[in-house]
Amino acid sequence: MSDVFVLGVDMIKFGRFPDRTVPDLGAEAALLALDDAGLNIDDMEAFYCGNLGQANAMVGQRILQEIGQTGIPVVNCSNACATGATAFREAWTSIKAGLYDVVLAVGVEQMGSGLLGGAGAGKGIPKEGLLGSGTMPAVFAEAGMEHARNYGTTFEQFAKISVKNHHHSTMNPKARYQIETPLDEVMNAEMISYPNTKLMCSVNVDGAAAAILVSEKKAKELGMARAVKVRASVLTSDPYQERDLVMPDVNSCTRKAAKEAYEMAGLGADDIDLVELHDCFATAEMLHYENLGLCGDGEAGKMIDEGEVELGGRVPVNVSGGLLSKGHPLGATGIANIYEVCTHLRGEAGERQVENARIGMTHVIGLGSACGIHILEKA
Amino acid sequence: MALPVVDYLKLPENGDPFLEGHKCSNCGAIFLGERKVCSSCFSRNTLEAVKLNNTGKLYSYSIVFRSFPGIDVPYISAIVDLDGGGTIKGNLIDVEPDPEKIKFDMPVEIIFDDALGRKDADGNSYISFFFKPIS
Repeated sequence: MSDVFVLGVDMIKFGRFPDRTVPDLGAEAALLALDDAGLNIDDMEAFYCGNLGQANAMVGQRILQEIGQTGIPVVNCSNACATGATAFREAWTSIKAGLYDVVLAVGVEQMGSGLLGGAGAGKGIPKEGLLGSGTMPAVFAEAGMEHARNYGTTFEQFAKISVKNHHHSTMNPKARYQIETPLDEVMNAEMISYPNTKLMCSVNVDGAAAAILVSEKKAKELGMARAVKVRASVLTSDPYQERDLVMPDVNSCTRKAAKEAYEMAGLGADDIDLVELHDCFATAEMLHYENLGLCGDGEAGKMIDEGEVELGGRVPVNVSGGLLSKGHPLGATGIANIYEVCTHLRGEAGERQVENARIGMTHVIGLGSACGIHILEKA
Repeated sequence: MALPVVDYLKLPENGDPFLEGHKCSNCGAIFLGERKVCSSCFSRNTLEAVKLNNTGKLYSYSIVFRSFPGIDVPYISAIVDLDGGGTIKGNLIDVEPDPEKIKFDMPVEIIFDDALGRKDADGNSYISFFFKPIS
């Protein structure tokens, strides 16, 4: 099976674009990625498109209607917040299978406002606020409080994650916000669901990101100078856990995916120079330091306290600003984090560059659950 | 007559309300709601209805200060491991919404009561369940 390389990758600056459409945002990202690769739409042999909000509305085909209807196969994917990573992985799979040499993957989303999560109406009466909460801030708060229960993790430690990611975003012109957000501001912001304040919740934004994946043969033909090798691509669903029915599990699917990804890459956590992980809430990021093996169980609080996950630290996490400040356009997130890691591996990240980055990891979680992990290496 | 808020809340004509689980006789996993196959050990036809206990311990929680429009806040969204097996989620009542006042593993009992006055489109009222600390 051929190795697979990312030859072009880019994202639009995340923000709010009420006057634009989902296909329009996706088309912009696709063109940016094509330009980055020095290719045209008629070089693409297949197209995998990730979007959640219009999952039944042929977003991929509508993107091609804006940038070139070449007649290639289009697959529209939706997999909650792992949607973009799923589209990328389907593109990877198609090259691995030997079907194609040049494939386009796009993730795109336009977001509404307010809390995400099931209002839980179903039949009968609404269950929200009656049988606990199904809002995302509460669900991820409960997952964080499980960590607090096991290891004594504090509100302040969770809040420090948000301070870090907001700081990182000041160096990322494509992030939604570039605003320093000190600890007292994070902790004193409106409490949404304890321990997540408003500044510890990901930002609802519109966004799009795209990647051009190619076979080794094609990469050699087109030039390896800026190519990034996909060392591992893994997707898992959530294995059975005893509290599944009331506590969506983001841990076991991540641990399973990380284990498989390290095995596929023939690497260990010590080899990873930077990580873009799924900080949909500050409480979630804390869990994934341990889930991804960046530290031992119970050591995540120490990771944030001692600055090991900051730019310049042992293993910088979410130097893009993360979902907390760069923003979280659900279907775009999985490819946007691949863009971030590739940008560092190419040495093109400017002020936020992780020095001498050779290997990076991306991670997303779609609640319900799906986990996508990619390990990328400078070619 | 009031209806149960979820299918796994049972309101027997003669007797007290209770929560019903379905337990796998092969691996012991307990589910809420009926199912044909155990998603833990994949056995078929091994699931039997069991009455869940009305007492348990607080496993995790969040204090919800912002919810969907029209939902009264704050409230404590609590995950409780029941004595004898099964984990359920609901509102923890009769405790101040203050992390200092909420202790992991605090013993709680299940109270069955009206569903906060909520009615469906046909005007039916509902019985729900709540967690209350055992002092």
